[in-house]
Amino acid sequence: MTRTIAEINEKISKGQAFVATAEEVIGIVEKRGIEKATREVDVVTTATFGPMCSSGAYFNVGHSKPRIKLGGGNSYLNDVPVYTGFAAVDFFLGATAMPDNDPRNRIYPGEFLYGGGHVIEELVAGKNVKFVGTGYGTDCYPRKKIETTISLKNINEAVLFNMRNAYQNYNVGVNLSDKTIYTYMGVLKPNLGNANYCSAGQLSPLLNDPYYKTIGVGTRIFLGGGLGYVAWHGTQHSPGALRTENGVPKRGGGTLAVIGDLKQMKPEWLRGMSFLGYGCTLAVGIGVPIPILSEDNLRYAAVKDEDIFAPIVDYSDAYPQRKPDILGEVSYGQLKSGKIEVKGKEVPTASLSSYPKAVEIAQLLKDWIQKGQFLLTEPVAPLPGVEAGMTFKSLDERS
Amino acid sequence: MAVSKRIVLHFPRSCVDQPIVYRLVKDYGLMLNILKASVSPNEEGLLVLELSGDRENYEKGVRYLADIGVSIQPLSRDVYRNDARCTHCGACVTVCPSGAFVVDPATRKVKFLDKKCMVCGMCIRACPARAMEMRI
Repeated sequence: MTRTIAEINEKISKGQAFVATAEEVIGIVEKRGIEKATREVDVVTTATFGPMCSSGAYFNVGHSKPRIKLGGGNSYLNDVPVYTGFAAVDFFLGATAMPDNDPRNRIYPGEFLYGGGHVIEELVAGKNVKFVGTGYGTDCYPRKKIETTISLKNINEAVLFNMRNAYQNYNVGVNLSDKTIYTYMGVLKPNLGNANYCSAGQLSPLLNDPYYKTIGVGTRIFLGGGLGYVAWHGTQHSPGALRTENGVPKRGGGTLAVIGDLKQMKPEWLRGMSFLGYGCTLAVGIGVPIPILSEDNLRYAAVKDEDIFAPIVDYSDAYPQRKPDILGEVSYGQLKSGKIEVKGKEVPTASLSSYPKAVEIAQLLKDWIQKGQFLLTEPVAPLPGVEAGMTFKSLDERS
Repeated sequence: MAVSKRIVLHFPRSCVDQPIVYRLVKDYGLMLNILKASVSPNEEGLLVLELSGDRENYEKGVRYLADIGVSIQPLSRDVYRNDARCTHCGACVTVCPSGAFVVDPATRKVKFLDKKCMVCGMCIRACPARAMEMRI
């Protein structure tokens, strides 16, 4: 049995589409069998909520009187520097940007209490943000300094544009050294004191569509509480990653670049984060609908935590030194049991990605689709798949 | 009847140089396990301890503390979770040395068992959303 996205949209418009979350669909397929379940289920909603550093937003703040050209000068939102290398009043704010006077890791481990991600959270919460900009002055843009406040209401555009989100899969971080380390995988205690992972597993978008058969450029998604789109494949997209027999990557694999109107978004789904000793970032909530077009397609979307494997990586040496060694592979089922075994030692596990938030997003998206408020889109172009032969390059220095 | 409670003591500057812990042990026969202590210049002292002993002696000991100007709070009130900021990710779970954070296997939500908290403060900086706060 097969169906098209147009047919699904017709059912959505009539309020007749059968939608299940990627968690619920596991039980449906187990109970009804793949054939019956494919006939019944029109859409599976997937989601993830976790820290995603390659996120940011661009803004157009409008022209002051007299005019100022921000490009070539320095601009700040709540003391966090933005990138101004564009036309007069466009700029980009990155999630990990931090105030010039932040002590960073000078007092180790640094706290990184406020950065670009926090500015984005405050803006979507409707708050005013201090905007300070300098320019060098030109005949057409004579002004050299501006200091005011902005909010999402009083500027032209505010667009979330994340160049790498929703990693298909991710490392499990551990620490083999004899001292605590502070990483983007959280605080890792010495001598395998803990193991941190960061994926929604069976609910995560690209783990439910491992070969990118339905998710492509132009796919409409839930982004930060509003509507967004897949803009491109994300940076470091590696479709050629090692896979299990069921097709699911056992390493990072694919990624998404996403875009959406920041003005529609909400602070519940865009949250400034501080990683002790590492830096600040933004936790992003993403929900992606998967149209069920065929049995194969549903089989992929019914993947379970027990069948998804992640590599265990030592962040005290192997990761920083870019050594390829891994300490083994574990399933998300094992990770979620609260402990795994590494080198014969029982190690307690913790997650950095919020599964409860991902469940909430998948339910919200399901609700939008069932109410006919969210229609699915045909991808404009596919994401590069295994056949694209893309490799994940390292930077080897040349003289 | 024996009692055992985890309490937080705040000392005014005038008390900082007194052998308070000694008095609790010697004069009131109480047992104590110090969980955390800090005295900083120009600030009051803070002592988190588990105090146990005979009920009558416990009450007398606590009265002695109150009489010399030490304020006493139950421990659970000192580290608390700002539920509006918590995303239930779980980053705190393995960082906590006393097992005060437990993941509900059904919902994957993180429960904070404040009775188990010993106010070490590890979770505060390890929480990326900064949802754990210390009330002093």
